[in-house]
Amino acid sequence: MKPGNTTILIVDDDMDYLFQARLKLEQFGFKTITADSQREAELILEKNRPDIAILDLMMENEDSGFILSYKLKKKYPDVPVIILTAVAAETGITFDILDENNRKWIKADLFLEKGVRYDVLKTEIERLLQKS
Amino acid sequence: MSTLKILVIDDEPGIRSGISRILRNFRVDYPFMEEAFDFEVFEASTGEAGIGIIENNKPDILLLDNKLPGIQGIEVLEYIRKKQYDFTVVMITSYASLELAVKATSDGASDFIPKPFTPQELRSSIENITKKIFLKKMTATLKETDKQVRFQFLSVLSHELKAPLNAIEGYLKIARDHQLGDKIEDYHAIFDRSVERIHGMRTLILDLLDITRVESGKTQQNIVDTDLVKAMQKAVAAIQPSSAEREIRINLHGSDPIWMKADINEIDIIFNNLVSNAVKYNKDKGLVDIHIEENDGMTKIRVEDTGIGMTEGEMAKLFQDFVRIKNEKTKYITGSGLGLSIVKKLVENYGGTIDVTSIPDKGSTFIVSLPKERSCS
Repeated sequence: MKPGNTTILIVDDDMDYLFQARLKLEQFGFKTITADSQREAELILEKNRPDIAILDLMMENEDSGFILSYKLKKKYPDVPVIILTAVAAETGITFDILDENNRKWIKADLFLEKGVRYDVLKTEIERLLQKS
Repeated sequence: MSTLKILVIDDEPGIRSGISRILRNFRVDYPFMEEAFDFEVFEASTGEAGIGIIENNKPDILLLDNKLPGIQGIEVLEYIRKKQYDFTVVMITSYASLELAVKATSDGASDFIPKPFTPQELRSSIENITKKIFLKKMTATLKETDKQVRFQFLSVLSHELKAPLNAIEGYLKIARDHQLGDKIEDYHAIFDRSVERIHGMRTLILDLLDITRVESGKTQQNIVDTDLVKAMQKAVAAIQPSSAEREIRINLHGSDPIWMKADINEIDIIFNNLVSNAVKYNKDKGLVDIHIEENDGMTKIRVEDTGIGMTEGEMAKLFQDFVRIKNEKTKYITGSGLGLSIVKKLVENYGGTIDVTSIPDKGSTFIVSLPKERSCS
């Protein structure tokens, strides 16, 4: 799939991150839809099917990203989901992402650190799109 | 109702069935315990059979005879110690000697019941043990909760500290790489946002210092006669630049001193937070009304704004650490989410209270009541 035909849903409650991610990903040639809350994203998803979604973890609630991912996968099982989190690995807090039980319901395809470089993000997006 | 499992290891069938009968309908219930305890009794006639039951059923209490046909009671105790099981063990024995008592105690037995015993002796021993088990459980739960709260605090903190750094770094890179073109005007918005995020981060750091100070309770408080009206005038003056910019009028009613025994720095923190919130979450050209009144040994500070207000649900979360009310109206307002939780902690340290009433889109009113003389710390 070419970037120009790919629509990315970006959900983040940090308006600065939203602005920057949108700018960057559009420069790479992707189309974007943005939402600044879990709620707004759910409304968008009712009518739109993105090709891939990038979700912030902590929004209205600490696990908004997980819940959104769960709902998205239920409606569109084939849409890859990347969850971004600023919850630092260095504090040892990983939300038990790798825990077997959590894996079962979280269903995100990839977890990335919030400060990840955009070229890395681009590579991961392309990899996930090829797989799907 | 919780059920504690009791294992009786004794080769005399009469003792085993006697204990079962005595404890069958026995309950331990104290007003301070959230739940009552009853008991399920398991029986074993040898140490070997007892160990089988220990492995399968993990009892809470073990009633252990020392004189057994196969391995002795002491050996069962040693087994338990080696496995590091956490049972309460009571020795029941008619062969109680000082030597055995010392050995059994050092191996982890906590009590002795001499044979023959009356039902009342057995029950009071079990009652004591149950109390201890309950307290141990409660301590463990409290420690666990405390740990989780710290953990939660740290995880949210790292999130809140990294978010502005990421945002500012991102904007700097956009500027460095000329991603918005060559006109400097096109970058004003992102510079403004960067400055805003830096302000937010500074507030967070200052708030963190405040909260650490309040929570540790270690710093010396300097309790002196403090004029609350004067302190409020200072807080109003401090916010003046931001309120003037948005044409928000602040009315502080009354100018006669109202005295309270307090630490001036702490009063400043409380007032600054209340007043700056009333401005921050106000509408342009809005109003802030401040009343300070004393009544019956209490001083009431009422800060009323004509701002965006809150829903019931938002109010319920308001005083928790790092809770920021996130909605369409607050999206451009930065804050640490710590201000009001600091205010609440401080106010409660003085034996006071803080209440809020609010109507969405109409405004919020915060009422702090402080005793003139601190009643507790």
